[in-house]
Amino acid sequence: MLVGVLALQGAFIEHEKSLRACGAETRQVRLPGQLKDLDALVIPGGESTTMGKLLIDYQLLEPIKELAQNGMPIFGTCAGLIMLSKDVVGSKQPTLGLMDTSVQRNAFGRQVDSFETAVSIPVLGGKSYPAVFIRAPYIQSVGPGVEVLAAYDEKIVLARQGSLLAAAFHPELTDDLRLHQYFLSLVSTKKF
Amino acid sequence: MEKGTWTVKKGLAEMLKGGVIMDVTTPEQAKIAEEAGACAVMALERVPADIRAAGGVARMADPTVIERIMDAVTIPVMAKARIGHFVEAQVLQALGVDYIDESEVLTPADEEFHINKHEFKVPFVCGARNLGEALRRIGEGAAMIRTKGEPGTGNVVEAVRHMRKVMGEIRYIQNLPEEELMTAAKKMAAPYDLVVKVAELGRLPVVNFAAGGIATPADAALMMQLGCDGIFVGSGIFKSKDPVARAKAIVAATTHYNDPKILAEISRDLGEAMPGIEISAIAPEERMQERGW
Repeated sequence: MLVGVLALQGAFIEHEKSLRACGAETRQVRLPGQLKDLDALVIPGGESTTMGKLLIDYQLLEPIKELAQNGMPIFGTCAGLIMLSKDVVGSKQPTLGLMDTSVQRNAFGRQVDSFETAVSIPVLGGKSYPAVFIRAPYIQSVGPGVEVLAAYDEKIVLARQGSLLAAAFHPELTDDLRLHQYFLSLVSTKKF
Repeated sequence: MEKGTWTVKKGLAEMLKGGVIMDVTTPEQAKIAEEAGACAVMALERVPADIRAAGGVARMADPTVIERIMDAVTIPVMAKARIGHFVEAQVLQALGVDYIDESEVLTPADEEFHINKHEFKVPFVCGARNLGEALRRIGEGAAMIRTKGEPGTGNVVEAVRHMRKVMGEIRYIQNLPEEELMTAAKKMAAPYDLVVKVAELGRLPVVNFAAGGIATPADAALMMQLGCDGIFVGSGIFKSKDPVARAKAIVAATTHYNDPKILAEISRDLGEAMPGIEISAIAPEERMQERGW
């Protein structure tokens, strides 16, 4: 299984490590040609404004949208969650707009308010998940096709729409591989 | 729920990787930086080139300047405290800045002791010229390291020297048998447990950026190819003829650092770079990199 990791900016190496620990092969994606033959794509944490600009400047936005519309699984974490969302509250920044969600950026405050906590994620089983929130966003509202997988402090922090998965926290910064494994379970044998 | 843990301090730096952090002195410059794709900005009253030219004592920026910049952008905002000036750091934490740079660009407040950075919830970045210095800062609680380079010169040679030195020492440590690590730690005056960690990881245990003299897209790509995780640009952008074009080009160069064709394309028609200074023209006692230990 070959999983692309968008490597424009952010914590892409950490995602590659987690994916490889789950048995997947990985490829860094900076240009459209590198999207060929992928089984899935991860959009890492980083700065969503930086990523959005480079996605447009290097013609990645439309090809990724097209792959997602053909059913390719995409997992976005933190900035990646923002990139997947249709709406960003109070902002016109460019996103892929694939998930029927509205997100609030820097929603828990500035860096001094960044935190770690245990989050209950029923689809991963009974054991809670160690979630790292860094200047994190959350999902303020979801459309009918979106399944809420976890909330913290009554805020949606993990959601799925078909084969699209979005987390407000950073699974790539912990050793717990369950969320990456869950994402890879969404990948079929189809190459894109 | 726990705030200000080592994981979240180090984690923010992980999110800045592959990105460019730009020095800005006004909300307008901060917006230009964000618009160009900066992953964070450093809020200052004067860029290093102007601090160097002005001489005298350089201190933490006025809180109003920092707050206006924080209000202007959504990306993280960093600010500088003087080496050892833990009260400036307390003030910056109270303002809510996202990262503090305990920086040799400002005039040191303490010639012997750096700030105890473990005491703070806000993370710190510190400069280093070699592995021992980097590990001493991490030992004091720095969650991110950068080369010192020679700030405000537009001359990348010192940043290259410092990055090569750190990388070379990491490769050396990695190849030592375990029984030699204590002596290596003693020689480089670094905490033993961190030397062991470097031997295990084959890299610094925190994110490592390049800083001090980066002025062109090729400079940024050079530092990335030498193994750093991202780029600080101080005077290089707003002391150049066309800051908007240069800022965008340096951001793209940091992402596509391994692609010479793209680098050639983005290096075109950027107008004049900032005026450079030859290092030998700066008296040793005026070199900012000599500040701190």
